[in-house]
Amino acid sequence: MTSASPPAPIVKFDGVSLGYGDFTVLRDVDFEVLPGQVVAMMGGSGSGKTTLLRATTGQLEPRAGRIQVFDRDMASLRGEALREARQRMGVLFQAGALFTDLDVFENVAFPLREHTCISEHQIVERVLDKLQAVGLRHAAHLRISEVSGGMARRVALARAVVLEPELILYDEPFAGLDPISLGVTAQLIRNMADQLGCASILITHDVTESFAIADRVYLIGQKTLIAHGTPEALSASTDAYVRQFLNGEPDGPIAFHYPDTPAFQKWLASKGRP
Amino acid sequence: MSGLTSRIAGLGRKFLSTVTGLGAFARLLGAILARSGVVLRRPRLVSQQIHFIGNHSLLIISVSGLFVGFVLGLQGYYTLNRYGSEEALGLLVALSLTRELGPVVTALLFAGRAGTSLTAEIGLMKAGEQIAAMEVMAVDPIRRVLAPRFWGGVIAMPVLAAVFSMVGVLGGWFVGVMLIGIDPGAFWSQMQDGVDVIKDVANGVVKSLVFGVVVTLIALYQGWTARATPEGVSRATTRTVVDGALAVLGLDFLMTALMFAN
Repeated sequence: MTSASPPAPIVKFDGVSLGYGDFTVLRDVDFEVLPGQVVAMMGGSGSGKTTLLRATTGQLEPRAGRIQVFDRDMASLRGEALREARQRMGVLFQAGALFTDLDVFENVAFPLREHTCISEHQIVERVLDKLQAVGLRHAAHLRISEVSGGMARRVALARAVVLEPELILYDEPFAGLDPISLGVTAQLIRNMADQLGCASILITHDVTESFAIADRVYLIGQKTLIAHGTPEALSASTDAYVRQFLNGEPDGPIAFHYPDTPAFQKWLASKGRP
Repeated sequence: MSGLTSRIAGLGRKFLSTVTGLGAFARLLGAILARSGVVLRRPRLVSQQIHFIGNHSLLIISVSGLFVGFVLGLQGYYTLNRYGSEEALGLLVALSLTRELGPVVTALLFAGRAGTSLTAEIGLMKAGEQIAAMEVMAVDPIRRVLAPRFWGGVIAMPVLAAVFSMVGVLGGWFVGVMLIGIDPGAFWSQMQDGVDVIKDVANGVVKSLVFGVVVTLIALYQGWTARATPEGVSRATTRTVVDGALAVLGLDFLMTALMFAN
């Protein structure tokens, strides 16, 4: 940023710890996302990427630290204020979470019908426009049970962006997509950020696509953010964690095997094995 | 001694969980009623549910009503014939249906047909993260999902009970008049004289309304509180039928005692 006063961040995590029950998933998380920026959060399965997303939407309260979204402390928001903040976000869920009682068109139209008073004509136009962007204009009439997994993710993507929100959270947007859809989806995410100036958080473990479109990349590992930087800086990094993750090597500081626990040893003993 | 203590503790736990469940049930009703403005603002949401709940139950309700009417016609004739008053068959069939069998059997079938599908639908919506997605999209799922389904069930139930009673009367007429040969004039005129609009028909409608509220709410509550797993949804569906049927039969006795006491 060369400007004298940089824009205020849309999302700001400050010393945040997150967890469920007795289990701490992430600690000391600090990062921020500016308007128009695409930030990729990368890490292995079970590293806490989705937990981070749940905390951003206010579904999970931090154990320590502060999460600010649109300059407001998410932990303190309740009722109408929380709903107001969420109306300014779009979320692409990991499993799509499409409404199975509605067809493709009505799924994408859902946020418009709930949060705006625009005419049916405008709804049809906007929904078809978004479906066109994800290549599914001619699938508008299909039921959710009739579309494939990859198509369902693209419908979910169209639904996440239909209100043109100020913050878009993508949970594994590239999972289950064929190479063509993958490239188009990645470009769509970049274009949304450039054209609307919305902040985007991309949760993924797809190195190639996310490095191609992200402004900043954060690597999650060992229950915290272990490395961050621009895609170029991370590609040039000699850090052992970064190298192992980017090159997909089984051996290194990141363990491939699930750690041994007393509970496992007890279970093993019950099977008659020492 | 410790066995006795743990048994008493177990009993206490069961009692407490029942009371807690009843409290949660009542709170859900309150939450749905408080968010029912959507019914007036967007009546299409409710009409879709009435179509889904009512239309899909229509066939089973009509067929069951017809057979219950047949049986009432036959059994009524055998009994009345002993006293030489088989002309009163029309009255017997109509009173049995409007006062008791119409609302009660419809409610039992309603719990099995529409109640289970409501529970499974909401349980699966939870399992598929659809409810969580709605919350994150700043849409209140109680207002958007539960309230229209609740009112859809409450409106559909009395209509279905009326259809059941109507088809049942026709079934009784078919057996009594067409097969056995009772005088049709006596059949209909006794019915017309003996059935009171307020005492019989209106009380039957009130019963079916109460059953509609209770069965729909049980179905929604079970779906809403189901564990988001295939096993959790299947258990919740079973509980909808068991709890729904017991509530209907218990409430029916209570309401009959209140409504028809002299």
